[in-house]
Amino acid sequence: MNAVFYLSSFVAVLSTLMVITRMNVVHALLYLIVSLLAVALIFFSLGAPFVAALEVIIYAGAIMVLFVFVIMMLNLGPQAARHERQWLSPGIWKGPAVLSMILMAEFLFIMTKGYHVGSVLTVEPKHVGIALFGSYLLGVELASMLLLAGIVGAYYLGRRDDDGRAQRSRRLK
Amino acid sequence: MLELLSLIPMLPFAGFLVLILIGSRISRTAVAVIGTGAVGLAAAVAIAAAIGFIASPPSGYAYAQTLWTWIEVGGFGARAAFYLDALSLVMVLVITVVGFLIHLYSAEFMATEEGYGRFFAYMNLFVGSMLILVLADNLLFLYLGWEGVGLCSYLLIGFWYRDPANGYAARKAFIVTRIGDAAMAVGLFVLYRNLGTLQIQELLRRASENWPVGSGIAVAAAALILAGALGKSAQLPLQTWLPDAMAGPTPVSALIHAATMVTAGVYLIARTNLLFALAPAVQSAVAAIGALTLLLAGCSALAQHDIKRVLAYSTISQIGYMFLALGVGAWSAAIFHFMTHAFFKALLFLCAGVVINALGHEHNMFRMGGLRRDLPLTFWTFLIGSASLSALPLIDAGFYSKDLILWQAWSSEKGGPWLWAAGLAGALLTSLYTFRMVFITFFGDKKTAIAVRPGTLMTIPLVILAFFSVAGGFVELPETFLDFHLLSDFLKTALPATPVGSGPVHGELLFQVIASAVSLAGLFAAYLFFLRRPGPVEVLAEKRLGERLRRFWLSGWGFDELYDALFVRPFLWVARISKGDLFDLIYDGVAWFSALLHKTLSLTQTGKVRWYAMSILIGAIIALGVTVFL
Amino acid sequence: MTSVPMEHGLVLAGLLFVLGLAGVLMRRNIVFILMSIEIMLNAAGIAFVIAGARWGQPDGQIMFIFILTMAAAEVSVGLALLLQFYHKFKTLDADAARTMRG
Repeated sequence: MNAVFYLSSFVAVLSTLMVITRMNVVHALLYLIVSLLAVALIFFSLGAPFVAALEVIIYAGAIMVLFVFVIMMLNLGPQAARHERQWLSPGIWKGPAVLSMILMAEFLFIMTKGYHVGSVLTVEPKHVGIALFGSYLLGVELASMLLLAGIVGAYYLGRRDDDGRAQRSRRLK
Repeated sequence: MLELLSLIPMLPFAGFLVLILIGSRISRTAVAVIGTGAVGLAAAVAIAAAIGFIASPPSGYAYAQTLWTWIEVGGFGARAAFYLDALSLVMVLVITVVGFLIHLYSAEFMATEEGYGRFFAYMNLFVGSMLILVLADNLLFLYLGWEGVGLCSYLLIGFWYRDPANGYAARKAFIVTRIGDAAMAVGLFVLYRNLGTLQIQELLRRASENWPVGSGIAVAAAALILAGALGKSAQLPLQTWLPDAMAGPTPVSALIHAATMVTAGVYLIARTNLLFALAPAVQSAVAAIGALTLLLAGCSALAQHDIKRVLAYSTISQIGYMFLALGVGAWSAAIFHFMTHAFFKALLFLCAGVVINALGHEHNMFRMGGLRRDLPLTFWTFLIGSASLSALPLIDAGFYSKDLILWQAWSSEKGGPWLWAAGLAGALLTSLYTFRMVFITFFGDKKTAIAVRPGTLMTIPLVILAFFSVAGGFVELPETFLDFHLLSDFLKTALPATPVGSGPVHGELLFQVIASAVSLAGLFAAYLFFLRRPGPVEVLAEKRLGERLRRFWLSGWGFDELYDALFVRPFLWVARISKGDLFDLIYDGVAWFSALLHKTLSLTQTGKVRWYAMSILIGAIIALGVTVFL
Repeated sequence: MTSVPMEHGLVLAGLLFVLGLAGVLMRRNIVFILMSIEIMLNAAGIAFVIAGARWGQPDGQIMFIFILTMAAAEVSVGLALLLQFYHKFKTLDADAARTMRG
């Protein structure tokens, strides 16, 4: 199982790196899906099968698919890739890279303080369910309200005016 | 009756409060009733108090009434207390009665002006402050009234505030009198420091006990008090503000700058007479200043065109007479002249107001003329006032008071021939410029047509004041006539008698004849030169020397230009060069720095999302670093 | 099961987070920015799960479920906003929206 962990973490990091460096949006999305799947495997190897499944179903399966749908809907032409090449000019990534590395160094410093762990226990979905609808019931309710707000917000923000609908269909051709 | 004393100043103050709060919202009639009524009621109470005082005089001929303790700190205490004796009673009666008549007049005169309520409020405040001044028991309370009348003078001179020239005139009046007020404040400090009290009677008693005659401290205190009186009474060298104060409405000029406020200096010196007796040098200075001022102002009045400025210089001159009287120790003569002057000067100003109003705000005498037929009542009352001012013999009040002063100037211990001669020359000048004014305004050809005639409220005060201008003199008849000393007998209880000199004293009758002759000569000269044959005077005024003399006198002997060069210009220069000094740099620096900060920090607001994300990241790094490594 | 040291998991989470952060800062296309945000959220979730696995309690997984929920809501609203953005600016350049500059 250790090998699974290290292998899938390597895949995750690599595909994440590919996500942020692609010119084509759809390519990046696909790499992201791969990364998420790798992370699901990591979860499984850590004894958290429930969230592994959730990761695949919801994150990779719903959220990323939503992304893909919207990108398709935008109907970007070949000039999009050209724009991307322009925008990601060499000088751009130096600053963020440096800052990110500094942050990573800080993280490393904090995290490698020496908490050695024994064996990792599997946490059954049953326990998760009991805790979720037991002590964290309020959180569940709040999360549902959040989702409701998200639905309403997404509906309203995605709405167009009546003439806009006609315009949109014309423009995006 | 005497317990109502505190009502006398409080009634006008109450009128002021009511009018300042609701004066703009009630009708003009109500404003006039409240304003005039407050002063009228105060006059009635004053008359009642006078009757009570005379019928059954209190012990020591003085009545004191304390209202409350104003200040009590350390060893220093001052009370809000009133002191009524013969001197303050005379002052109170004149102030309230003349004030009432002028308020009545202004009810009609100011009827078409905006700010009617404000006018009456300020006038009431003035009357209240003036009454506090004359009734005050201690010098601090007197100073309160002193400042109050100064404030009201400023407010009322600049009443028509929309014209900036009026504001400048008001400011000039305030600043010049301020110089005197500052000196007086220092005098109060000196007095308190050395005598330990400011309560007037106690102070004078201690001063006469502890200070030898002619000592430096007495001279200093008296000189400082004199400086305050000079400012308020517009005497040399602080006389420049009064002619410009004519920018205010005519009732204001009548009440404040003729009858009452400008005589506050006279009252102050009369009140603290023992102090001046302890400093004979200062008292002589008072007489000298009075004599010089009356000549200077008399000459200036001769060259003016504006009818109100003639009267202003005339006021300065007549107060010079009062100072002359005070300086030679003729205390009751000065108060007598104050009383008659209040009557006839107020009358003259009110008549001038009628004329100015009738001709549509025309002030220039040379554009008036021939008004004798169109405004008969005004003409006759003006003539009576002018006669009183010129001290024409026997028939008017001014004669008796001015004559008494001239006689005392000659015969008193401190007097002498020079002072008498100055007074006599002044009488000639007075007669000359007064009748010049009468002849040019009321005789001759009409140059401007009448627009408005005065109504009842304006003519009644004229008649009453004309009556007083004639009859007011009969309270003090000299020994050569009936020897009727009603006023000086009354005032003897409050003021010391005039010390009579030991030199040759010929006879009062001779001096009276000389004085009468002089004033009649002035009248005749005015008739000759300004009515019959104005030719020679005009030719003289055209010549180079005559022209320069005329302009010199017109400007009041050049004092304005002198003060401008001596004080105003250096002050403005200093203000200009200290505009960019260190403290300004500090404040400008603060402003500059915050502008710089603004420019720099606004560069961080680019509007780009990624930029903001980067700044969040940097902040997070720093915060983590601080937490982890420190 | 496994005996992976916790630091390694946390280092992985940190690495993924930093990569996502770099993506947010580097890319100008809004879609990429949103994707990078998702990466960051996911990384945070990994950290939670690892912590929960260390103690053997379900709390970590529950926290991850909440994060997931929030990410779903955020993505839907964000993509709707993206559509509006594209409709208004006719481009997906994030720097196009900078009228609120100081």
